[in-house]
Amino acid sequence: MALSHLGASASRSSSLLKPLSSALSLRRPISGDNSPLTVETSVPFTSHQCEAPSRSVETNPKELLTFFRDMALMRRMEIAADSLYKAKLIRGFCHLYDGQEAVAVGMEAAITKKDCIITAYRDHCTFVSRGGTLLEVFAELMGRQAGCSKGKGGSMHFYKKDSNFYGGHGIVGAQVPLGCGLAFAQKYSKDETVTFALYGDGAANQGQLFEALNISALWDLPAILVCENNHYGMGTAEWRAAKSPAYYKRGDYVPGLKVDGMDALAVKQACKFAKEHALKNGPIILEMDTYRYHGHSMSDPGSTYRTRDEISGVRQERDPIERIRKLILSHDLATEKELKDVEKEVRKEVDDAIAQAKESPMPEPSELFTNVYAKGLGVESFGADRKEVRATLP
Amino acid sequence: MLAIARQRMLGQSFKKILPAVSVLRSYSSAAKQITVREALNSALDEEMSADPKVFLMGEEVGEYQGAYKITKGLLEKYGPERVLDTPITEAGFTGIGVGAAYYGLKPVVEFMTFNFSMQAIDHIINSAAKSNYMSAGQISVPIVFRGPNGAAAGVGAQHSQCYAAWYASCPGLKVLSPYNSEDARGLLKAAIRDPDPVVFLENELLYGESFPVSDEVLDSSFCLPIGKAKIEREGKDVTITAFSKMAAEMLEKDGIYAEVINLRSIRPLDRSTINASVRKTNRLITVEEGFPQHGVGAEICASVVEESFSYLDAPVERIAGADVPMPYAANLERMAVPQVEDIVRAAKRACYRSVPLAATA
Repeated sequence: MALSHLGASASRSSSLLKPLSSALSLRRPISGDNSPLTVETSVPFTSHQCEAPSRSVETNPKELLTFFRDMALMRRMEIAADSLYKAKLIRGFCHLYDGQEAVAVGMEAAITKKDCIITAYRDHCTFVSRGGTLLEVFAELMGRQAGCSKGKGGSMHFYKKDSNFYGGHGIVGAQVPLGCGLAFAQKYSKDETVTFALYGDGAANQGQLFEALNISALWDLPAILVCENNHYGMGTAEWRAAKSPAYYKRGDYVPGLKVDGMDALAVKQACKFAKEHALKNGPIILEMDTYRYHGHSMSDPGSTYRTRDEISGVRQERDPIERIRKLILSHDLATEKELKDVEKEVRKEVDDAIAQAKESPMPEPSELFTNVYAKGLGVESFGADRKEVRATLP
Repeated sequence: MLAIARQRMLGQSFKKILPAVSVLRSYSSAAKQITVREALNSALDEEMSADPKVFLMGEEVGEYQGAYKITKGLLEKYGPERVLDTPITEAGFTGIGVGAAYYGLKPVVEFMTFNFSMQAIDHIINSAAKSNYMSAGQISVPIVFRGPNGAAAGVGAQHSQCYAAWYASCPGLKVLSPYNSEDARGLLKAAIRDPDPVVFLENELLYGESFPVSDEVLDSSFCLPIGKAKIEREGKDVTITAFSKMAAEMLEKDGIYAEVINLRSIRPLDRSTINASVRKTNRLITVEEGFPQHGVGAEICASVVEESFSYLDAPVERIAGADVPMPYAANLERMAVPQVEDIVRAAKRACYRSVPLAATA
């Protein structure tokens, strides 16, 4: 699990393991335990044009603990980003993912880094699940050199090509045809891998999605369209934007599955199922029933179109981290204190990463002109005053 | 565009500017000040009140009160039949808006930013701009496409582009870009009343800015002519199109009196005002926020070279956005957008003054 390297170095994760295992005198060492465990998903899957997978999911204590740790880290990261934004260290747009963590971790558990993921602008946690570091996240958010896009992209434009994470897109819906294109290339190259193209309930009505889906179905592309349905497209509830908010059925001739997106194990099962399907039969749609605690972005309070009761209700009944915590505790895989210690550790990791990110300098002025092209042909580019600032693009 | 740098100046050193601002405020004998947001909102309100064919369409324009609160209160006042919240589907709802305009209604379509208009640009150009021509006048398209255009603050490459040059190159479209509250009211009213498709390019950073307005401006019949630029500040040494009173303020100190032209209308471009000004000052700087190549400044320069070549005493200077996608990092973003010092430097070049060096004895 790449997420175990989320700390600055591998030694940090090994030092994490020590206190846990030393505390477990009467228990099997959970961190190394792969012994199988079967858990039922919260609700059965609902399917469209296909047979739903079983709601019994195979897992193990190590995986559950990793889920807990990774989601706790993502949660802390997003909350820290909220504070940084309010402190004006993050500028522009900032779309937070807290509440939706189970989709990122569950998906990653079902696939490899050779499979591709592409998403929209709510991308911080997906980037991390693909192996991005906290330093890269915070430095990018603050526009610094250590950022994953060297400070030039910002919150909406995180990428990690070496683990097949293709961003990070600002225009609603655009990432879906792009994702189908990745799938096309995978099939063309005979890689036996798949692409997960994530989009929201707001984007689900975009025409380009249906165009790309039609082509993917015609050409049997290994494309998995994942609708992260958090029920609001900015301030517009799904029923005000979609005649049919049953997004898993919107593919018509393309099969679909509706999944409890707050249940990381259900997400994992669905993604595993989808990958097998896509490699054999072409595109499939997964609708993840999920929820974002924050508003659409930091400029949106998120409470003018939703009640506070609704938000707190979801937090109480369906929080993905709490679900895994209960599972771990009920199966006696760790104590409450151990889990709280994990949370303290991730909090520290986040704080350390922020401190490190703050040390990272802003980009050099010359970076204004880098990466315009992959091959610049020696043409000139210009600053605002073309006679004062010019550069040759290599 | 004019106010963008002014806005940035305000951000940078409010104290230095305040005296200058109070000088400027005294230009008009107005008692009242309204924000650009209020100006746009009141213009929409009045035009909807006057003509039942006018309706609004766009993302979050109704219940959310507008992503930038420009349409605040209008759903409540005019109801859901005239203020329509759309799904996030620009190609679809723009096409629907143009179709409604074919039939004789007067839609005002909001793009949350003009970056998203690219999803719908086929309808703006092919369905709206060209229809009157292709139908020999049978199908006019009285539609307005409005929304914020250009750079905001830290919103990155996909959310910062200026579309003035793209839309202004298309015959059949009218393209307006207001600066202050008077412009916002007068030009939006004119756009809604105009029988042709109008692209109305606002600026997010200006929405909260207050400007003085006279009683005439506040009257519901107020309207500004499309295709006429405004001389914001008269001068004699150099013509600056589209930008910063602040630059003019700064230049005065060094004995350079710039004539600042607020274009207001990018298409039709007020070539006669621009040329008349250049014939007076003999020097020209074009300022814009968008990309330089094939930009608004390039057209103005060509126009002046064609019409007023012998009046030019110096090459035309172009100040524009940097020729790169908009970076996110604050220092790079600052380099990518025209700053007052860029305009000042260009003005001095045009006037053959060098930039002052460190103080000499």
